[in-house]
Amino acid sequence: MIDLRDVHKAFGANRVLRGVNLTVPKGESMVIIGGSGTGKSVLLKCVLGLVRPDRGNILIEGQDAARAEREAFLARFGMLFQGAALFDSLSVWQNVAFRLLRGHKKRPRPEAREIAIEKLRRVGLKPEVADLFPAELSGGMQKRVGLARAIAADPEIIFFDEPTTGLDPIMAGVINELIREIVVEMGATAMTITHDMTSVRAIADDVAMLHDGVIKWAGPVAEMDDSGDPYLDQFIHGRAEGPIEAVR
Amino acid sequence: MVLDPIAGIGRSTLALLSGIGRVGLFFLATLAAALRPPFYFREFGHALMTIGYNSLPVVGLTALFTGAALALQIYAGGSRFNAEEVVPSIVAIGMARELGPVLGGLMVAARVASSIAAEIGTMKVTEQIDALVTLSTDPMRYLTVPRVLAATISVPILVAVGDSIGIFGGYLVGTGRLGFNPAAYLKNTADFLEVWDVTSGLIKGAVFGFLVALVGCYFGMNSGRGAQGVGRATKSAVVSASVLILAANYLLTELFFTG
Repeated sequence: MIDLRDVHKAFGANRVLRGVNLTVPKGESMVIIGGSGTGKSVLLKCVLGLVRPDRGNILIEGQDAARAEREAFLARFGMLFQGAALFDSLSVWQNVAFRLLRGHKKRPRPEAREIAIEKLRRVGLKPEVADLFPAELSGGMQKRVGLARAIAADPEIIFFDEPTTGLDPIMAGVINELIREIVVEMGATAMTITHDMTSVRAIADDVAMLHDGVIKWAGPVAEMDDSGDPYLDQFIHGRAEGPIEAVR
Repeated sequence: MVLDPIAGIGRSTLALLSGIGRVGLFFLATLAAALRPPFYFREFGHALMTIGYNSLPVVGLTALFTGAALALQIYAGGSRFNAEEVVPSIVAIGMARELGPVLGGLMVAARVASSIAAEIGTMKVTEQIDALVTLSTDPMRYLTVPRVLAATISVPILVAVGDSIGIFGGYLVGTGRLGFNPAAYLKNTADFLEVWDVTSGLIKGAVFGFLVALVGCYFGMNSGRGAQGVGRATKSAVVSASVLILAANYLLTELFFTG
């Protein structure tokens, strides 16, 4: 379970998070939605310790993230970055097996390569891709490799940062399906941030809407359309009129 | 209005001092990371190749032409007071003590500090540094330590090779253009060149290599967003590394050869 309690974060005068409270139950898929620049990525990075919150607590299975031993803590996570964030200087299989080639989870190179190829196959990529470099792949293939890397070490918690950004609708649908299948199959807790409503409906068990640095609404995806919350309503229907100020 | 220039000087001084402080902290963080496992030997080997081996052509060519030009200059200057015979010894001493390490260091600064800053800066803006952290890998240990160590070790070797090539450049010009006897030229070079001349240059090379890689990594890790941020980081890395090399060269020369 991921438990965020009164999390604040400011960058200079810009108060991005103003007291976020959110609980993600174990094994559930939580999708956080919200407009661009509302602090969704910052929230994710706070959980991972990439950004230090100014105030508040983040508990993972009851353990304070700020006090956990870093390597063991991070070993529980997998993350798919918005732009895939693949390492240019490493081949595809070395990217996927990155965690398996070093640190506590180190495996012999041939075994790590086997696992990487298996994970690539799981995300729909052929073994021939393994020896290519990221620059030789399309955007959709890079996302799949990023997804394979995120699940390579069988993490308990997986984060997806804008998983369908920059993809055509068909490829976005494929990635959404893959994410849903993998999360269910692994029994992992998933936290996704997106503003793509198709992704939300495909991936989410629960939805939380972040606006003005706080969670405006949270609940099951099935209740999202009838929430009665004016912010959520405006966002999911993409209306320019409403409580969320739209800059023209 | 009258105080504006003074305020400007104050702001620049504060910015300079805080910059030195930040680089100092970055150095301490690098040192701390270097002393604790895990050690990334594969990345270290790769950095040795890219920083050291791949810099050989540019350092070699620089040294060759510098040695050749130095021989011509010393011959022209020496002829004013009938001291043309000093060409071999002055070329050797000049290359080993000063020109080999300084020009080698500057060429490495141009080639390596820029590429390190651009590479790490790009990794930062494309979230690859964040990805490293989420994969339980400390970017300081994985990116900075191998590069700084590799540069500290490989630049003295580059300087040694550059010294030899520079002296050879002087030899080519001395024997081919200035009429020196080849055997006498070599004997003169060997007789006057002392071990400390060479060693001091190698120590300078190690310091310059360290500075180049440290500054490259620092600006890369602190790169701003987008292409402009990476471009600015790259430019700052080259300029800072070059100035630091020249300043360090003066301090080391004071330390080694005076008093």
